[in-house]
Amino acid sequence: MDLIIILQAGVASGTVLLFATIGEIFAERSGVLNLGIEGMMLVGAMTSFSVTLKTGNPWIGVAAAMLAAGLISQVHAFISITLQADQVVSGLSVSFLGTGLSLVLGEGLSKAGTISLLPSFSVPLLSQIPVLGPVFFTKQSVLVYIGYVIFPLCWYFINNTRPGMHLRAVGEYPAAADALGINVYRLRYLYVFVGGVFAGVAGATISLAVSPGWFSELTTAGQGWIAVGLVIFAQWNPLRAAFGSYVFGALRRLILDIQGPTMLLGVANPFYYNPYYGFFLQMIPYAFTIIVLILGSREAMRKRMGAPAALGLPYIRGQRGL
Amino acid sequence: MEHVNISTQKPTVVSMRGIVKKFPGVLANDHVDFDLFEGEIHALLGENGAGKSTLMNILAGLYKAEAGLIYLNGNPVNFNSPRDAIKAGIGMVHQHFMLVPSQTVTENILLGLEDPRFRLRLRDYEQKVADLGERFGLHVDPRAKIWQLSVGEQQRVEILKMLYRGAQVLIMDEPTAVLAPTEIEGLFKTLRSMVKEGKSIIFISHKLQEVLEISDRVTVLRRGKVTAAGIPLLNTTREELARLMVGREVLFRLEKKPLQAGEVILSVENIRAENDRGLPALNGLSLNVRRGEVVGLAGVAGNGQRELAEVITGLRKVTSGRIVVQGEDLTNQPVKIGIRRGISHVPEDRTHVGTAPNLSITDNVIMKNYNRPPIGNRWVVNAIAASKYANDLRNSYEIVVPSVATPVRLLSGGNLQRVILAREISSQPSLLVAVQPTRGLDVGAIEGVQRLLLAQREAGSAILLISEELEELLSLSDRIYVIYEGKIMGEVLDGDLEKIGLMMTGTPIEKIEAKGGA
Amino acid sequence: MTISPSKSTSRLRFPFRVQLEPRLANVPRWFPTLVSVGAIVVALLIGAVIIAIAGGNPFATYSHIAQASFGSLGVFSDTMVKAIPLMFIGLACSLAFQMRLWNIGAEGQFFMGAWGASAVVLLPILPPETPRWLFISVMILVGMACGAIWGFIPGFLKAKLQVNEIITTLMMNYIAVSWVNFFIFAIWTEGGFQMSPVFPKNAWLPRLTDLAESVPIFRGLTTHFGLILAILASVVVWFILFRSQWGYEIRLLGDNQNAARYSGISVTRNTIFVMMLSGALAGLAGMSEISGVVHRLQAAISPGYGFTGIIVAWLAKLNPFGVILVSILFGALILAGREIQPSGIPKMIQGIILVCLIASDFLLRYRVHIVRRTEE
Repeated sequence: MDLIIILQAGVASGTVLLFATIGEIFAERSGVLNLGIEGMMLVGAMTSFSVTLKTGNPWIGVAAAMLAAGLISQVHAFISITLQADQVVSGLSVSFLGTGLSLVLGEGLSKAGTISLLPSFSVPLLSQIPVLGPVFFTKQSVLVYIGYVIFPLCWYFINNTRPGMHLRAVGEYPAAADALGINVYRLRYLYVFVGGVFAGVAGATISLAVSPGWFSELTTAGQGWIAVGLVIFAQWNPLRAAFGSYVFGALRRLILDIQGPTMLLGVANPFYYNPYYGFFLQMIPYAFTIIVLILGSREAMRKRMGAPAALGLPYIRGQRGL
Repeated sequence: MEHVNISTQKPTVVSMRGIVKKFPGVLANDHVDFDLFEGEIHALLGENGAGKSTLMNILAGLYKAEAGLIYLNGNPVNFNSPRDAIKAGIGMVHQHFMLVPSQTVTENILLGLEDPRFRLRLRDYEQKVADLGERFGLHVDPRAKIWQLSVGEQQRVEILKMLYRGAQVLIMDEPTAVLAPTEIEGLFKTLRSMVKEGKSIIFISHKLQEVLEISDRVTVLRRGKVTAAGIPLLNTTREELARLMVGREVLFRLEKKPLQAGEVILSVENIRAENDRGLPALNGLSLNVRRGEVVGLAGVAGNGQRELAEVITGLRKVTSGRIVVQGEDLTNQPVKIGIRRGISHVPEDRTHVGTAPNLSITDNVIMKNYNRPPIGNRWVVNAIAASKYANDLRNSYEIVVPSVATPVRLLSGGNLQRVILAREISSQPSLLVAVQPTRGLDVGAIEGVQRLLLAQREAGSAILLISEELEELLSLSDRIYVIYEGKIMGEVLDGDLEKIGLMMTGTPIEKIEAKGGA
Repeated sequence: MTISPSKSTSRLRFPFRVQLEPRLANVPRWFPTLVSVGAIVVALLIGAVIIAIAGGNPFATYSHIAQASFGSLGVFSDTMVKAIPLMFIGLACSLAFQMRLWNIGAEGQFFMGAWGASAVVLLPILPPETPRWLFISVMILVGMACGAIWGFIPGFLKAKLQVNEIITTLMMNYIAVSWVNFFIFAIWTEGGFQMSPVFPKNAWLPRLTDLAESVPIFRGLTTHFGLILAILASVVVWFILFRSQWGYEIRLLGDNQNAARYSGISVTRNTIFVMMLSGALAGLAGMSEISGVVHRLQAAISPGYGFTGIIVAWLAKLNPFGVILVSILFGALILAGREIQPSGIPKMIQGIILVCLIASDFLLRYRVHIVRRTEE
């Protein structure tokens, strides 16, 4: 078992979570909790796989996934922003809807054959760096590299640009933003859409790069929900989200690969000799999510920081007392 | 409607004609006319709920009027959003500040502007903000986060926000409600310096004294209608304005029976507690309340009043000190124990704390006794007893609703407060902690609530009345404590306003008396 | 108030606009039901369009669903069998949602309940010759206890550490499935198959067909005693929620947590207890499913009951008796859905129904007028 290879695969697997988590950060920063990520990711994975199959061009697949998941996200936007329904229930319903849709429209895709994947390559120079080079810059999918660029950009965007400032204002105190002429509804729709687009990319990252193919609900296996948990751990900060995503990705890979070798740290590998112990390994990412949430909540309590103040609350203008 | 003609050379900046605005169940503005001259401070006077804020929210583009026209410098304008109004040079400083707490002063000022286009180079803008503050005497650190600022500082940020946008007309919605007397002085200075630069100011208030002090002209609203249109202050009197405002001569004193206060019911000894942010809110506060007296607690908002009420009723833990009720130590005991021992609490926030909006009136009035006979019976809530109880309270407290099954979210503010008072008073409490019991109510409702409190005093309760309305405190209380930064500055028996004012701004009574003596 | 995204500066205007007014009076009693039925109809129409797009025949699909679930006494009995776990889980969700605790973990609690009941037989806790009444009582208790533990963990984390229960309950689902899989693969496997041996008949819940000797018409009907338990449970949950002091506390907490705290009601204790009872009900669903239907522990015991139960609770407006009726509807969908191609259709229709339902709630809160635009 080669740790470098596991970490390398872990980075790729973490990229899925990275996109999903960052997308959710955008939505939540604007004040809209979107629990529909799992469903949107499935729609993205199914769409990208099916479109790539038809067109032969994975880039068109990615674009289609972004669009499809973005559209699904607008169902949530409409229900929770315009119709002011409870965001929890609305998000859940969108998750069910996305899951169901992807199952119906993805029927038969699992046996559809092979597709052309997104290109993978090594970055010249950077891949020569010891340890970091092979882990981060060798034979990674282009989406992984895009991930490296995306998360610092998103961080910068949120904290150091005018639209980012408006995004934060809308999630913290929409009435204040509204009073200064910022269109709260439009921005919330926009960032829920952005969240959907990211979830679509996350789905496409699975089906076109990390574990190619369409395996119905097992394609995402709850990663959308893990992403919702990671957002809390990340405290709505893309940099922390990236850290969490890559650690999680590595953990997922480690669990898959740990069952391979006969010897582990000098002793007989129990997971090799009794593969059923693998079921306990499978629990780890989910248990770890819970632990991460506990740690995150404790830290948030200690530092008294928290979610965007208006998260989960519909904004209604023109009512008395605002 | 009386119309007072005034000859003036000043040009009219804003003119509103025939403004009508309805809210569900209320006609907030009924064909209102309003004129603002250049370089004047124009007071908009009226009781809570008279439609002042609504009218100004229309001018500021936040609400849309159902009918009526607005002219700016003689040209008709149509504001679809606050942005339109701000672009036209009309800015409003709201009663609840429209500031994003997690962002800095400069960020808040730049919100919604086209410049900077994309990258926030805050350094450059911080200097601009500081300069602007200098010019109008509005001192505030441009890099501070809003949540770190005092209420007065936050108000300065709000004003700066509008000045930065080049506002020519500034609407101030009840700006003094949250300020200490010294801060009010500072604000008035700023307003005067702005007028000198040719800006025009609309000053919304329901406090006569301030209106008389700061404004040039006054328009009075009552129940959505204009009762006085832009009278120069020189031509009117305090009594006249009061009459226009409430529609009849105001009783400035309620009838209060002289009562000999009994034994000490509540004794708070040297308590310390933190606020929600973990900062000290109460710093060694002591006070006591005796049977049959109303003890007022005066102070500017945010000096620990809310925390004190929560500490006494068990909603918040103290870090040190003792709370004794009727001789029993209730320090850090759960709310339930307090309720059993006869502590009632009229909370500051009626909708978010005092009631459950979607539950029926019945469910809301049994909140404190659902688990005690006759309503609570072993494990069960006796539905018949509960609804009988609710109907009794509806009749005796004059809660106007078709049925006690109505969810309380459908009640008006006055009715809602009567539901809470009915619940809290009907248990014949030994101690009643009432926080801002009349805020936001109309005149009639206020009087009703005050009478209920006095009746309870006669019935032998000890009442701690926490209020920001000095007039209310003076007319109801037997004694008044003044709170400042979580400490009692002193106690006043004779209602000496000057002393109270000094203590509200942080001068302990010992110092005042030392000076007075010297 | 107009809700259309502010297009106020546009030149060309639709001559009518939608105007919304918050409802100030109570709506008539029949109105919410009407709106819900309308939402389902709209959902089925949308579903039909998507089925058509996916290449299916919506009319054939729907009539097949109706035929295959209500067409005869036999299939109706099978529909009830599918509805029973939904009833328990719908009740579990109604209880938790009343307090606005988002227990999305009924699926995991269901699996743990099934596991606990199986453990009674397979561990074994009781010998195979135990009398039926005792066997089943103990299975019920252990199943409920296991579900309750699965509810306790997120409840405790929520109450004591403010950890978001949506995520924890969901994560607990995956853990429960892995846990059950470990046992059916490694410990209780029968001859290497991914299932346990069949339980002794003493551990089976009585079925209608067991009475066929005295009532011939019951022959072959698989509806089991779980139905009685579910109806009993609904009465109990209704009583708790709307007649007991505890239920009053739950409803107060659900509507306004601050008001509840202000009334001296413990948020912590109630959060934990409600999550435990909710988990126990979902665990009972798992017990009744394996003791009444499958008669062994295996992997595929739930076609997503835990999630469908959420929709059931919502459609029933969290009313325990409503849950019973709505469950039958969704039982039919699940039953018939097994044979429909593409296989995702029931899930998709459920999703669409929930979406439409939540959207339709709007009509209960607002009065919608269509008015002619006035020139401004």
